[in-house]
Amino acid sequence: MSILQIESLCVAYDGAEVVRGFDLTLKEGESYGLVGESGCGKSTVAFAVEGHLAATGKVTSGSITVNGTALTKIAEPQLRRLRAAHMSMVFQDPVAALNPTMRIGDQLAEAAREPADILPIMDRVRLPDPEALLKRYPHQLSGGQLQRVVIAMALLSRPSLLILDEPTTGLDVTVEAEVVALISEIAAAEDVALLYISHNLGLMARVADRIGIMYAGQLVEEGPVRSVLRSPKHPYTLALLACLPGRKDRAPGTPLPSIPGQVPLIGALPRGCAFAPRCAMSKPGLCDVDPPLRMVQTGTDHFARCRRLEDQPPMSKEQQTPPTRDLRAHDTVLEIDGLRKTFGRRGLFAPPPVVASDDVGFTLPAAQTLALVGESGSGKSTLARMLIGLDVADKGTAMFDGKNIAALPAKDRPDSLIRQIQMVFQNPDGTLNPAHRIGFILARALKRAGQPHGEQDVIRLLDSVRLPATLADRHPADLSGGQRQRVAIARAFAGSPALIVADEPVSALDVSVQAAVIGLLSDMTAAHDTAILLISHDLMLVRHVAQHVVVLYQGRVMEQGPADAVFKAPFHPYTEALLASVHPPDPDHVVSPLDAPDDPGPSPQDGCPFYNRCHRRLPQCSAMPPPKRDAGTGHAILCHRELQDLVPPERT
Amino acid sequence: MVRKILSRLAQYGFTLLAASFLLFTLTEFSPGTVASKILGPYALENQVALLNAQLGLDEPLLHRYVDWLQTLVGLSPNLLPEAAPGLGLSDPRGDKYFGNFGYSLMMKEPVLDVLADRIGHTAWLSAWALGLTIPISLLLGTLAGMHAGSSVDRVISTVTVTLTSLPEFVVAVGLLLIFVASLGWLPGTSSLQPGDQWSTGAQLVLPVTVLLIASGAYLTRIVRASVAETMQADYVRTARLKGLSPRRVIWAHVLRNAMIAPITVILLQVNWILTGVVVVEAIFAYPGLGSLMLRAALFGDIFTVQALTMLALSVALITQFLGDVAYAILDPRIRVD
Repeated sequence: MSILQIESLCVAYDGAEVVRGFDLTLKEGESYGLVGESGCGKSTVAFAVEGHLAATGKVTSGSITVNGTALTKIAEPQLRRLRAAHMSMVFQDPVAALNPTMRIGDQLAEAAREPADILPIMDRVRLPDPEALLKRYPHQLSGGQLQRVVIAMALLSRPSLLILDEPTTGLDVTVEAEVVALISEIAAAEDVALLYISHNLGLMARVADRIGIMYAGQLVEEGPVRSVLRSPKHPYTLALLACLPGRKDRAPGTPLPSIPGQVPLIGALPRGCAFAPRCAMSKPGLCDVDPPLRMVQTGTDHFARCRRLEDQPPMSKEQQTPPTRDLRAHDTVLEIDGLRKTFGRRGLFAPPPVVASDDVGFTLPAAQTLALVGESGSGKSTLARMLIGLDVADKGTAMFDGKNIAALPAKDRPDSLIRQIQMVFQNPDGTLNPAHRIGFILARALKRAGQPHGEQDVIRLLDSVRLPATLADRHPADLSGGQRQRVAIARAFAGSPALIVADEPVSALDVSVQAAVIGLLSDMTAAHDTAILLISHDLMLVRHVAQHVVVLYQGRVMEQGPADAVFKAPFHPYTEALLASVHPPDPDHVVSPLDAPDDPGPSPQDGCPFYNRCHRRLPQCSAMPPPKRDAGTGHAILCHRELQDLVPPERT
Repeated sequence: MVRKILSRLAQYGFTLLAASFLLFTLTEFSPGTVASKILGPYALENQVALLNAQLGLDEPLLHRYVDWLQTLVGLSPNLLPEAAPGLGLSDPRGDKYFGNFGYSLMMKEPVLDVLADRIGHTAWLSAWALGLTIPISLLLGTLAGMHAGSSVDRVISTVTVTLTSLPEFVVAVGLLLIFVASLGWLPGTSSLQPGDQWSTGAQLVLPVTVLLIASGAYLTRIVRASVAETMQADYVRTARLKGLSPRRVIWAHVLRNAMIAPITVILLQVNWILTGVVVVEAIFAYPGLGSLMLRAALFGDIFTVQALTMLALSVALITQFLGDVAYAILDPRIRVD
């Protein structure tokens, strides 16, 4: 029986169509993944199903049927009953999705069909000490716990349809892996139909039975997940897959392809195929003319909307020669040693301070990229803040240009030093002043860097990040996310700094844009001889762009070395756990769960901080700090285990 | 929690002390000295010097401040009646008691007695004004914010924007023209004299209405903005998608969160209505603290002004404290265990 049936759905905001003839059938227990760049109408479909479109949004034609009830035909009270009894939704940001002033227990109780379900379901989503948790407020829980609460809440109404809108974006990879496995397990047991909405193809490969690729309000390709990801037919699907870093057939360091242009704006669709203007395959006279395209069957249950399906080249398997990595001895631009930073009040009754960095040490060669990886709370951002002077270290040194800058706050730094270390942030919206024009922002950056800052110089700078000169007159709000991040990069490079600290520079961007921004960052680095300290949770990205990797856990360096060495065995158990959580867009990827304990208690005072979660722990690990083991070529691992014990068995 | 409250109270004590010193210093720079006020404009220089010496006014500032403070808390006597016997000043409480602000030079009475009647009148006016303003604004603001963009919202918003942009005296004069001059339904002054032909209730109607309009319109807009913003929150969406009824969504999820931001504004209004209603009291000749402040300031009645200012400060600190408590009750994120 089909749980959800959508037929030729059209949704318009203020008369402009954002969903144009969308069809979907979802059966009991089936899992469907809807993929596409932001602005493609994925979330609009989800909200239309929930009957919760924005005030200006309207279903203009088509039908949505949930469990036999036609949603477009019912009144508000019936819709509420349908929501309460048949469908639930899980959103991206669990912190925002829960009421901050209401206890967890009360919020769960509101959703529960049977109050007796609450405790068992908390157990099922593996929330520790559920009784106590019910009395807590959302701010007292971690992000991963909150997402479990949200999932528990969604399941408490015993829905037959669960819609998940980017359910793991913003969670750490290790947490993501657990949460996703949990959802799949429960859904299978309860026969819940799942509708996943995400831009993350790796996630889809893991969770979906069928996937649909959405572009400009339409499905452009749909089929069984294996068929679509293994033999994609539509050029858009091909392009999305090609953008991902970390593909096995692409050597680290080779430029990532990206999709030029952007998703067409609402109400400004091109004629014919909406993707044609960005498509490498498009043919004038064929792709850019009406009538609109139809879905064509291209395989078992596999459909695509393209006029050139016959002319498709097979998925490119070209083996590019990897660029020779420049690992010659370079001048060192940054040398960190024994860095320590704690937070917390000092005083007789103050709680023990939180250690954000402890004995951190590494060196960053000039004009190279070093990546800091680790989960949230590992101290990555604290380290970045110390380098740019927003925080000062308690102990240790950070030698830059012959000076120790570890405890030198930004206000005491000479302009020359500030110019030499610049930062690119995760969210470009927050870093560009919305009241100023792009031209003004860049001119001021040039001026601050002591460079000529006339109109021509601004245009040259824009050109260096491949933005048109016309953008100088625009405000940040007029730009797309990718364009704003380019401006942020241009701003950072205005004075040719020696070091750029890039904190998750692309994690807020669509994959299609990510690749272009990363490519830009690499080019700029080469052109300016700038070293980059890249902070990222995306291991595939790190593997692709970084020459050196430092793995942090709870403020301590667990493993470091050349990227090639860190991503190969022997691994620190933590690195191994991180890598095991990464899922490539391959439905046949086997997740081999590590047999990790999960001691919730505090990490041992004297021993290895990773002890509580380590799948290779030994009795002495909780008592003594781990020794540093040298794996050659600057590759070091902090672990009690011998190096040969840190090689995972070959997967068969 | 107790520790937090105690430390907050200690902070307030310090604030009060620092503010009293500032106040004392500032009154030093007001035109005319105490001595010249008492002795009149034609006093001889040596008379002034003699009085200054008797009152200890020729001592350095800090010394005088400490004297003043000691008198205030009842450690040392007020020397004014002895130094200026011609004024006929006397205090039934004696010359040493807590809260001894001295004598009103305008009324020739102890400041406390001058304040006593007025405080009652102000409390009466405030109670009515606040008792109406707060519930009405919360109700209208919530109604408008819940239905942001609807016709209900547009009517409420237009009316409140219009009313907030009218100064109090315009509103007061307008109401006087309608209800007093034309219709003759209500009295034009509210002096609360015994034996007045108008009842106390009738005398209160116009001042209370002016305050309600001045304060309520503004508060309604603040509440509306906060409720409208909360309605957009993700957790409100979550609540709706749980299938909860609109009533439940508003009561359980919107209101408590939406009230957090307006608390500060509500308390500022309380503050203002309790101690700062100068214009309205002056127009209606209402015998409250505001009109007293105006008269004392114009007369140069330093001791009364000092007492009124200290009173306003204490009210400000108390409302501040209530605000902190209210925040902690409404928002679990700022409670500290």
